Amino acid sequence: MEVSPYLPSPGYAQWRKWKSAAVTGVLVTCALAVIAPLFIIIYFLLVRGASSLDWSFFTQLPKPTGEAGGGMANAIVGTMTLLAMAAALGVPFGVFGGIYLAEYGSDRANDWLRFAADVLNGVPSIVWGMVVYLILVVPFKTFSAYAGGVALGLIMVPLVMRTTEEVLVLVPQSYREAALALGIARWKVILVIVVRTALKGIATGVIVALARIAGETAPLLFTALGNTFWNHNLKEPISALPLQIFAYSISPYDDWHRQAWAGALVLMALILALNITVRVLSRDRQSAS
Amino acid sequence: MTIPSPMFPLPAPGSQLPNRVFKWAAALAAVTIVVLIVLVGWELYAGSRQSLSKFGAGFLWSSEWDPVAEKYGALPFIFGTLVSSLLALVIAVPLGIATALFLTELAPLRLRQPIVMAIEMLAAVPSVIFGLWGIFVLIPWLRDHAFVWLKHYLGFLPLFQGPIYGVSMLAAGIVIAIMILPIVTSISREILRSVPNLQREAAYALGATRWEVLRIAVLSYARRGLFGAAILGLGRALGETMAVTMVIGNRPQISASLFAPGYTLASVVANEFTEATTDLYLSSLFELGLVLLAVTILVNVAAQIMLKSMTGGVSSKAA
Repeated sequence: MEVSPYLPSPGYAQWRKWKSAAVTGVLVTCALAVIAPLFIIIYFLLVRGASSLDWSFFTQLPKPTGEAGGGMANAIVGTMTLLAMAAALGVPFGVFGGIYLAEYGSDRANDWLRFAADVLNGVPSIVWGMVVYLILVVPFKTFSAYAGGVALGLIMVPLVMRTTEEVLVLVPQSYREAALALGIARWKVILVIVVRTALKGIATGVIVALARIAGETAPLLFTALGNTFWNHNLKEPISALPLQIFAYSISPYDDWHRQAWAGALVLMALILALNITVRVLSRDRQSAS
Repeated sequence: MTIPSPMFPLPAPGSQLPNRVFKWAAALAAVTIVVLIVLVGWELYAGSRQSLSKFGAGFLWSSEWDPVAEKYGALPFIFGTLVSSLLALVIAVPLGIATALFLTELAPLRLRQPIVMAIEMLAAVPSVIFGLWGIFVLIPWLRDHAFVWLKHYLGFLPLFQGPIYGVSMLAAGIVIAIMILPIVTSISREILRSVPNLQREAAYALGATRWEVLRIAVLSYARRGLFGAAILGLGRALGETMAVTMVIGNRPQISASLFAPGYTLASVVANEFTEATTDLYLSSLFELGLVLLAVTILVNVAAQIMLKSMTGGVSSKAA
């Protein structure tokens, strides 16, 4: 009897099944390979960082070159100071910009603004350092904490703007209409009702942005510069954890390498703490609605 | 007859001022975005004016970088940036898309959330920590094991010849790949989730195996968006600074071997900016920054356009 040429052989069906199973295996392997680096890095941070972490790390200044001991107290405070300054600049501009995108403006113009914000998010962070160097370091003839804060703040603006807009448009339109129908002025409606309702979401966006800039090194290299002493004046250079980690890890001293690991562990813990705050905040938001 | 007075005082007519002030304040903040883009471009141009007028277009393809002789050319850095970023893409795009496929199509529901969380955490690791890990963990391992193995088995290719230092183009490519994996994976995942289920069901109904469903119904449908995800990853890779500076070896040379050290646009700026002793030196560094900015903006615009047509824009959380 003649076999139809259109029916595949049984072996072919077997081959197709085998191939499908093989691809499944490959995909699982790839997924494992993608998350593996995270665990490897955390493992080394814990092993090498924790063993070099002691009380003096949090309380002392860096020791002069070659001397063992010392800590990064000034860098920890410096990072906090820079984050506060960045937030002071980035949050108002970001939140108000987000309000404009969600509540005002024409669709067409807003599409362009959103597009511009997304493109701005892709600008390499080192470029911000160069720009702020020209506008704040050269005219005042000194590296300063202000310059570092501004560089980080400018990076925050588009990030906060986009997340703010995203949570504001989730506020039901009926809230706005109800409030306007009561005769409340538009700006009050936005501030007291719309922003108030979305406050947790906005805070989440701000914290995500802070977590992102907390680890930034490149924009600080020629703005905040770094400092081995306490910063008493924001017009002078200031230290930051990422800067100190960078300086120590490319140095030739074993003791500094040890401290670089300790600094990295502290920085990572700070960033994880910010991320966990975000999770807690957004879980509340989900269960509330 | 008297008109009953209202229980609450009605707002005086014409009190539109606060409304207008608020609206203009918001508009001002939104316009900052455009101001910032113009500012960044203008300042870098202003900073590089001296170098632009002195070297002209030849700056881009001169391969000499000699601060002592005041000769500056961008080619080794453009080469280093492109090669390290492309290496990263070659590693990260297949892995990222495969992981996204696993997460959207295969993984049991209970596993998905933890894996997504792990990937988000990987995205949160700062560049400088990747660099630290690169210097003290990855590079010694690559130098003593992986590179030796590659040289032994693939040494006939010019890519894997020459002395092994550890710090190298390939090490930089691997570190950048790890750093862009989260964004490539999360954007790919969003793209794959936007593929209609009807596509998959139709393919299954025709008797396709799981792989055939993925290939015919899912991947070919999402091709354009996945390409956009790769381009967005490229945009990130081009601008990576700290980790690259710490593992690439920082030597302005053009070599066929991936074991050789290199230098990128971003890392030369990071290393030499505060050491630039003459105006022309600093100006040349600004021009390198300008080149970097131009390339990343072009790449990002292309990526956004590609992704927009697929999903109607990518949420800023993923980006």
